[in-house]
Formats: sequence, C-alpha cells, structure tokens
Amino acid sequence: MATTMITTLDRSSRAAARGLSDISIRNLFIIPTILFLIVFNIFPLIYSLGYSFTDFRASTNAPANFVGLQNYRDLLGDPYVWSNFAVTAKYVIISVAGQLLVGFGVAMLLNRDIPLKGLLTTLLLLPMMLSMAVVGLFWKLLYDPSFGIINYALGLGTFEWLSDPKMALYAVALTDIWMWSPFVMLLSLAGLSAVPKHLYEAAAIDRAGPFYTFFRITLPLVAPILMIAVIFRTMEAFKTFDLAYILTSQPTAELISIRLYKMAFQEWQTGRSCALAYIVLIMVLAITNIYVKYLNKVKER
Amino acid sequence: MRKTMTSLLAGIGLVLACGTSVYAQDKSLTIFWAEWDPANYLQELGNEYEKETGVKITVETTPWPDFQTKAFTEFNAHGDAYDMVVGDSQWLGAGSTGGHYVDLTDFFNKHKVGDVMAPATVKYYAEYPGGSSKYWAIPLEGDAVGWSYRKDWFEDPKEKEAFKAKYGYDLDVPKDFKALRDIAEFFHRPDQKKYGIAIYTDNTYDAMAMGFENALFSYGGELGDYSTYKVDGFINSDKAIAALDAYKELYTFTPPGWAKSFFVEDNQAITENLAAMSMNYFAFFPSLINEASNPNAKNTGFFANPPGPNGDQFAALGGQGISIVSYSKKQDEATKFLEWFIKDETQKKWAALGGYTCSAAVLKSDEFQNATPYNKAFYETMFKVKDFWAVPEYAELLQQLNQRIYPYVIGGPGTAKETLDALAADWNATFKKYGRGQ
Repeated sequence: MATTMITTLDRSSRAAARGLSDISIRNLFIIPTILFLIVFNIFPLIYSLGYSFTDFRASTNAPANFVGLQNYRDLLGDPYVWSNFAVTAKYVIISVAGQLLVGFGVAMLLNRDIPLKGLLTTLLLLPMMLSMAVVGLFWKLLYDPSFGIINYALGLGTFEWLSDPKMALYAVALTDIWMWSPFVMLLSLAGLSAVPKHLYEAAAIDRAGPFYTFFRITLPLVAPILMIAVIFRTMEAFKTFDLAYILTSQPTAELISIRLYKMAFQEWQTGRSCALAYIVLIMVLAITNIYVKYLNKVKER
Repeated sequence: MRKTMTSLLAGIGLVLACGTSVYAQDKSLTIFWAEWDPANYLQELGNEYEKETGVKITVETTPWPDFQTKAFTEFNAHGDAYDMVVGDSQWLGAGSTGGHYVDLTDFFNKHKVGDVMAPATVKYYAEYPGGSSKYWAIPLEGDAVGWSYRKDWFEDPKEKEAFKAKYGYDLDVPKDFKALRDIAEFFHRPDQKKYGIAIYTDNTYDAMAMGFENALFSYGGELGDYSTYKVDGFINSDKAIAALDAYKELYTFTPPGWAKSFFVEDNQAITENLAAMSMNYFAFFPSLINEASNPNAKNTGFFANPPGPNGDQFAALGGQGISIVSYSKKQDEATKFLEWFIKDETQKKWAALGGYTCSAAVLKSDEFQNATPYNKAFYETMFKVKDFWAVPEYAELLQQLNQRIYPYVIGGPGTAKETLDALAADWNATFKKYGRGQ
C-alpha cells in the first residue's frame, strides 16, 4: 500500500512533464529533511555523548580529559540532582493529571449541542496559543501577594504562592494546567465526537445509567486518543523550563531542566551537563515507551 | 509560494547588504554590556569619542539575566562581534585563563592605571589572580551595595518618639547592624502594609551572595583565603555564623513574597511605599532621586552599609571593568579608546554623565561628592569593599552558596552552623576538583 502511494506519479502532472522520476521526487522531499536532522539533531546528539565522558568546559581553553563514567557517577550520587528528579516527577504527575481532568471534563461539557459552541471552543483554546514566557510573566503578576488579583479574588490576604517553598511547585503546575488543559480538551473532543451514536442509543434502550455508559462506552473508546494526549503532555511537562524559571526560584520547584540550564550555561560544566542531559533523555525515552506499549494494548482491545 | 520565495530572497539580500555596509565602516568599535542606565551613559561618552576621533562607538546591550550567558557564548565560539566587554568582576578568572581577555599588564604599567584608579577597584575589577600584578581590565563602572531609606518615615516626630521609647536611642540612619535590625523591626507593620526592610534574596545569580556578603563582611567574616583557597574557619567561622543569622532575621522584616528579589524589587520597595530601608547597588540609585521614576524622590535618603558588632565596616562589591576581547580584530583601536578613557577629563565627563567613575582623584573631589545625595556614601563605600571569588569556576561556587544559604534564609530547617559547614564542604570539594590550594 505504502509503496504504491510513493511510486505512482500522475503522467499529466507538471513534475512528470519536467522529466522528474518518482524516485527523484521522493528524494527531493526526503533528503533535505534527513540532512537537516543529521546536522542539527543526530550529530550534536552523538557529539555530546562523547563530551559526557569528559571534563570539558566550553568556557576555558583547557583540553577535555576523558574521565570515563565519573560524570554519571557524580550526578547519580548528588542528592541535589535526585531532589530535582523528585520535584520533576511530582510536577509531571500533578500537572498532567490536572490537565487530563480539566481538559476531559471541559470536553464532556462541550460535547453536546449548545449555542456558540465554536466560539466557546476557540476562546477556550486561547491560553495554549500564548508564549510560555508571556504566560509566566502574567501569572507572576496574578500570584503577587501585594497586588495580585488571585489573592484579591479569593480573599487570601498576602498568601505567598511563589515564595512559599511548599506552595511554589503547585503554583507552577496550576499555571501549566491553565495553559495546557485546552490541548487535552481539543484531543478529547475529537475522540468524543468519534464515538458512534448508536452505542449510546443501545445503552439507553438497555437502560444503562450515566456512570455505566461513561465507564463502559465513552472512556474505553476515547482512551487511545487520551493516551496520546498524556504522552505529549508528559514529555512536555518533563522538559518544562521557561514557565518554572520565570515564576519562581524556590529550590522546591527547581525542575531538572532548570538544573541542566544552570549547569550548562551558567557554570559552563559542559561535560557534566551533557551527561545529565543524557540521563534525562533516557528517562523520557523509557517513560514514553511504557506509554506507547500501553497505547498499543488499548488500541488492540 | 513564489511571492514568499521572492521576499525571502530579498530579505537575505538586505541582510547581506547591511552586513557589508557595517563591515565597510572599519573605524568602529563595539562594546558589550548589560542593559541598564550606565550603558546609555557609556554610549553618550562614546559619542564624544566619535566627535574627537571619528571612531564610532556602539554599546550593545542585553538584559542582565542573559548577560553572562550571552557574553560567554560569544567568547566560547571565539567570535569577534564585540571588541570590548564590560564584564562582571567575577568573570576575570574565566576571562583570563580561558584566553578571552587580552592581557593589559603592559598597558597598566605604562599608563600607571594603578595610581589613577581607586585601589579596591584595581584589585577587584582588573587583577587576576589576586596579588599577581597581572591585569586584564580597566576599572570602568565602580559599584557597591548601599542602602536607601525613607527620610519622611525616619523624621516623623511621632515615630521618633515611639522608637526612642521602645529602643532607648534616637531613630536615625543606622549606625551599626543592630540599629539596622531594630529599625527594620520597628517599621515592620504588616497590618498597615508597611514593612521594615528590603534585601536581596534571588538565588539565580549573585543576588543572594551580594546581600549576605554585606552582613558577612561587616561582621568581620570572610568567604575564605583568596590566595590559599582555604575556606574552613572562614566561611563557617563564628563571625560568619552570626552574620548569616543576622541576615536571616532581616528577612523576617521584608514585604510578603520577598523570596526572589533583586535590584528591581528593592527599588520598588521604596517607590511603592513598601519598606523603610532598601539594599541596592549604587548604580540603581539615580532612578530613586528622579521624580519621574520615584514618587518619593524628595523623601529618599541614602547611607553606606553600616558596621557590624565589632566595628568592621565593609560592603559587597558590584561594578565592572572593561576588557579587550582577544578575538577582536581591532585591538589597537580598542587600546586607543582605553587610553582616552583613563584620562582625567574623560573620567570627569564620565562621572558627569552619570557613570560611577573609579578614578581616585575624581572620587575625592568635592565636586563629585556633592553632585548627588548618594555620591558621598558611594565614595565612602568604594574604599572598603570586598568581592566574591573570581576563579573561573565562580559560577559553581555561587550555585553552591545559593543552594545552601537560600533555603536557610527564607525559613528552611537547620542551623546557621550546619548550613555554613555544608557550604565549606561543597567549596572544598570544588576547589579540590580544580586542583586549587590542597
């Protein structure tokens, strides 16, 4: 199927008239992309793997010495790095669970005939169209204990959202939930509208309750697309940098990417930060793989 | 599609054209600095230089949080975008040993720069390693941490009376750290939305270090021995422990949400009627006497960092020296600019424009000291400043300091001794890693 799609070229098309063969057209499209990938992704990836075994510092002229697994050993033995990972894990769980709950909930509400549905959906999508840095700066003002509108509206006085070590991470996660729930909502809406109506009719005839219908029909059928949303959001949440960096400097909200940035571009420990980047990469790959396995299972059902 | 392509090509062409036109004008120098008022003053000074010599000076800037990253990215790539850079004092080690800065020792000796500039500025903005008589920069913008305060709050007769009744001495500009603490406590009234004091707490770059150093140095403490890299018995001495506890106590008198504050927030504390006193670099005081940026301009006073319990009086050093970038192709032109810059009349002009000159002669002149309400405090401070480590790995040392001290100051667990012992251990490990001291 796939090969026939690539090799058939309409004889009357302009490309065919210019004497381009199917293969050359395919190459024309694919080779630049592959070259781009190799130069900007694959090559740096392999190059930095080499650096991760050295004590290289980009800010000095000193030659890079091979140190074996020293960087990895130091990093995995550093309690601060572990605390960054713990913070990141907590953040990913809170923020993805929150987005799933809010996003899917709003999608359920929108999945019916209501007036101005299109306009409403578009307006709800606005947060996710903003830049991360802008959202961070806005929410910093909203959270401000002296003049922030959140404390004013909720009557919390001078509650310190971002300066309180216990609250800071939740505040960042809350902002992330606000920003990215629309994304989950959008995917869920697509999933919900694809559920065949006759299933609901059959359930109604059988006098199935709303909970039963939800857990036996809606959820299983939307699950695959919901899983895709979870994969995307988990990967993104794992890499969150700008939002957290702008909002707070609490060590209790220091995500792994912030530690990585500091190590690489403030301290210029190039070798060690490459090693940390690899550890993060392996973790994201592992988590994504688990999800993908699960996704395939869900699809099979 | 074709239209897009055409405009894209036109754009590329334009960029190339601009590129060549800049290149053609070879009598020009680019200086890189952070985005703040002094950089604008330097541009004005540069315009004067262009009038005299025809060499165009462009001061290129970037916001403070990016400054270090952007400068070193350019250095590491051996780029020649900047001919000179006005770098932070801590960069000297990385700049000199990394080969990014041109060695200015001969220039220094030939023009006797050591006699022209105030001694502390030569020591901290120019020399590396400490005591080596090797120089890498010319002191350009002197700066240190000082204090601003609300004169109207301090001079209110009712407040004066209440203060005297409570503490047994007159309310006035703090004479020592104890008075600083008392006044902060006295004015700390959360129910009236008035707070005692604004200090530096941001833990992303050197804010926390600068703030804590003000207490540490005045308490007679030290970060360590800069020549032997010994830190045990310095950073965790009894004096340092007392200083850290004093700084932590000051934090309890700050406005709400004061856990990520640096120069912007500390000036806001004065302009927004939040705090009675506020710590800040002198470089940010010009906007406090400007009615347009500070509604309380008439009621804002200034003082130097007060002495500690044993009478030691020091302050944390800010400020920068100007260095020639070793990858620049116009080093001779840059040297000529520096020769012009260190002249007495240039230094006077620099001070008049709003720059904080490091020239000892200008600093000592009555003309300079009476020019603004804070120049006298600045003059007093510039002869008793101390700075952070300037070794190439200073950023790691800063990060370790932030990691240990920040949680403690903003209310974390543990004691000051545990905190500083742990910091000493971190620093020892870092120095060992780079083979220093032993």
